[in-house]
Amino acid sequence: MKDYKTIPAAELRETAYQLYADGQNGLMSMFANDERQLNGNYAIYCLFSVGKSMQVIKAVLKDKGKLEFPSITPKISGAAWYEREIYDMFGLKPVGHPDLRPLALHENWPQGIFPLRKDFNSQTPVPTAKKEFPMAGVEGEGVFTVPVGPIHAGIIEPGHFRFSQAGEDIIRLDAKLFFLHRGIEKAIEGVPIERAFYQVERISGICTIAHSLSYCQAIENIAGVTIPLRAQYLRALVGEMERLYNHVGDIGNLCAGMGFAVGIMAGARLKEDIMRVNEALTGHRFLRGMVVPGGVRLDINEQLSSEIRSMLDKLMPDFDEMIELFRGNDAFLNRVETTGIVPRQAALDLGVVGIGARASGVDVDIRRDFPYGCYSALQFDVPVYTEGDVAARLWVRVDEVAQTVKLIRQILEKMPQGSLKAAIPAIKPYSSGFGWCESPQGNNLHWLMVGENNTVYRLYARSAAYPNWPALTVAAPGNIIPDFPLINKSYELSYACVDR
Amino acid sequence: MLKVWKKVLATGNVTEPWEKSVPPERSRGEVVVEQHAACKGCKLCVDVCPTKAIKLYEGSPVINQKACVFCGLCVESCQDGCLKQTSNYKLATLGGSLADNTGSELKNKIRRVLGRSLHIRHLDIGSCNGCDFEMNHLCNPVYDIQQYGIDFVASPRHADLLMVTGPVTRNSTQALMMTYEATPTPKLVMALGACACSGDQIFGESYAIRGAVDAFVPVDIYVPGCPPRPQAIIHGLMLALDRM
Ligand code: SF4
Ligand code: SF4
Repeated sequence: MKDYKTIPAAELRETAYQLYADGQNGLMSMFANDERQLNGNYAIYCLFSVGKSMQVIKAVLKDKGKLEFPSITPKISGAAWYEREIYDMFGLKPVGHPDLRPLALHENWPQGIFPLRKDFNSQTPVPTAKKEFPMAGVEGEGVFTVPVGPIHAGIIEPGHFRFSQAGEDIIRLDAKLFFLHRGIEKAIEGVPIERAFYQVERISGICTIAHSLSYCQAIENIAGVTIPLRAQYLRALVGEMERLYNHVGDIGNLCAGMGFAVGIMAGARLKEDIMRVNEALTGHRFLRGMVVPGGVRLDINEQLSSEIRSMLDKLMPDFDEMIELFRGNDAFLNRVETTGIVPRQAALDLGVVGIGARASGVDVDIRRDFPYGCYSALQFDVPVYTEGDVAARLWVRVDEVAQTVKLIRQILEKMPQGSLKAAIPAIKPYSSGFGWCESPQGNNLHWLMVGENNTVYRLYARSAAYPNWPALTVAAPGNIIPDFPLINKSYELSYACVDR
Repeated sequence: MLKVWKKVLATGNVTEPWEKSVPPERSRGEVVVEQHAACKGCKLCVDVCPTKAIKLYEGSPVINQKACVFCGLCVESCQDGCLKQTSNYKLATLGGSLADNTGSELKNKIRRVLGRSLHIRHLDIGSCNGCDFEMNHLCNPVYDIQQYGIDFVASPRHADLLMVTGPVTRNSTQALMMTYEATPTPKLVMALGACACSGDQIFGESYAIRGAVDAFVPVDIYVPGCPPRPQAIIHGLMLALDRM
C-alpha cells in the first residue's frame, strides 16, 4: 500500500470513478500535500478500499499550472467535505464541485491565504477578515429558519446549526463546524515524530487511543518496525477500554436527548467505574500516556488484570439491567424507533463508518477487514442492524459492549510475555504511509509523510466523525427539532476530532 | 415503571464526598522538584517536555503547572532523581479579583453573592473535549456537584461563572467575547485545563490558535491538568468560594 498510482490531476475524475465502480469500492479518505519542495508538485491522494485491499490514487498538479482538478463529488458524494477542505487549506480548486463554500476556515480568514502550503509561515500574523459565512437553507412560503449554537445549552462541543423548517418538520439542516480548529496538522510540521505524538494524542479526549494508534502504526508501517507482541496486546487492551467507556457513556447520554434521568445517571455511574480502572491501568482516566511510537510505556501485572476482570464482572449485570429499562419501555422505544433514519444507500454514498454504518446495514469494521496489531488472533463478532434509525445505532452499541467485554477478557487471558517497546530507527526522508484503527465511532485513518531527521513533514488525520457528520444532514430532515438532540447523540460525533 | 424504581432502589446512593476517592498508584499528578536534588543543569528534562512547561532557573528545574500535562517524561529523563511525580491534583490557583489577599471589597462581595449558590455556564472554545467530559462527569451521581449548591445552566444570562476549556481559537474568539459580555456581573471565569490556562503551549504555535483565555478576558480561577480530574475542578471551585 506504499505504492501510489500516480496520474496527472486532470485525469483524477476518470481514474477515481473507475476505481469507485459505482460504489462497489468505497472512498475512505482524500487529502492533499504540498510537495513542491520535493518535486515541484502538489499531490492529491485518494484512498479506496477495494475488496480486501486498499488502493491509493495520487493525482499531481504542477506548481506552475492551473491549480485546479476535476471534482469527484458529482458521483462520489463522500468526497464533498474532503474537497472543500483541500480548497481551504491548499487553494487547489475542485472544478465542478456543487457546493464550494469554505469548511474549516471561517469568515475571519482572509481570501487567498492557504495555511497548509509549505510557504505559509505560522509565525506570520494573519489579519482578521470580516467576510460573510454563507449558510445553506431553503426559501419559500411558510419556511422559516432556526439558528442554533455554536454555544449550546448542555455541556457539549460547539457547532452552529441552521434548520430550515416547515411547521414542526426539519426540511434541511446545514452546519458550520470547525470552531475547535486548532491547526494541529500544521503546528506539528517539523516537530520530531516521537514528540509530535503528544499533540496527536490530544486531538480528541475521547479518541485518545484511536489517534495514538493510527499515528503510531503509520510511523511503524513506514519504518518497517514490528512492535513486540505483548505491546500489541496491551494496545488492544486500552483500545477496547476506550470503546467500552465511550459506548457505556454514550448509551447513557442518549437518554439525555429525551430527559430520561434514570438512564442518564446509570450510564454516567457505570462510565465512572470504567474510567477509574482506566486510571489504575494507565495513570490517566482517558488512557493517555500508555501508547507510544514503538509500543507501550506501561506494563500490566496480575493485580491490575484482576482489577479489570472484577470491574467487568460487576459491570455486566448492572449494564444489562440498565438496557432492560429500555427494551420493554414503550415510551422510550417510541422516541428512538423510526427516528433519524439513514438509509443504507445514503450511508454507502457518504462513506459513513463505524456505528453509523453498521446501524444502516453496512457491514464494516476495520479491526476485522484490515486487521492491525493482534486483532487477527482475537475472536469477535461485528453486529449489524438494518433499520438505520436512532434505535439501531443504540442496539449496535449495546451489542458492541458485550463484544468488547469478550475481547478484553480474551486479551487478558492470551497476554503473551515479552518486551514493551521497539526502537524507531532513522526513517528515509519523505517516506509516507497510513495507519488506522477502529475508534469507538468508526475507523480512524492517519497518513504521515516523514521529513528530514524523523520529523513530521505532513500528517493528515481523518477521524470517524468526519465522514459521519454529513450523515446527520440526511438523518435530520423529516424529523421534528426536539428529536434532533436524540439523532445527534445517537451518532455522538466528536467535534474536536473533525475540527482538529 | 416498576423496573425503573427497582433499579433506582437497588443502586442506592453512590455519591462520595469529593476528597474521598484516592487516586490510584499509577495516577499522574503534580511533578515536584526534590528538595535535596543535585541538578547538574543537563537540561534533559527541558528538552523532553512536549509543552515547554519546564525551565532551569538558578540551577534547578521549575515547572509551569499551567502548561504541564503530567506526562512524566521529564521525570523519566532525569538521571539524577531531581524530579518526582506525585498524584497531587489540588493545583488550582486564583487570579483576578480573587487573587489579592487583602480581603478586598470585591472579593468579599463575590463570595457573599455567589458563595452558596453558583451557576455555571460551560464554554468550549478549542478544547480536545477531555476537559469538557470531566466537567460533564461533575454531574454524575458519584461527584454530584449539585450537593454543593453548584449547578450548570443553559444560558450565560443565568450564569455566575464561565468554565472555559481549550485555547482560544480564531474561530471561537467571537463566541468567547459575546458569551462573556452576555454574563451578568459579578461574574467569575475559570480557565479549565492546560490549554485554557496556557494557550498555545499544548498544541504549539498555530495560525488557528490565538492564545490563553486570560489574554482575552480576566480569569479568576486556573485549574491545571490535561484534563483536570473532576476532583481537581471541585477543588478549584471550593478554593474560589472559600469553602475549603
Ligand atoms: S510532566 Fe510532562 S508536561 Fe509536565 S513538565 Fe514534565 S515533561 Fe513537561
Ligand atoms: S487541557 Fe488537555 S484535556 Fe483539556 S482541552 Fe487541552 S488537551 Fe484537552
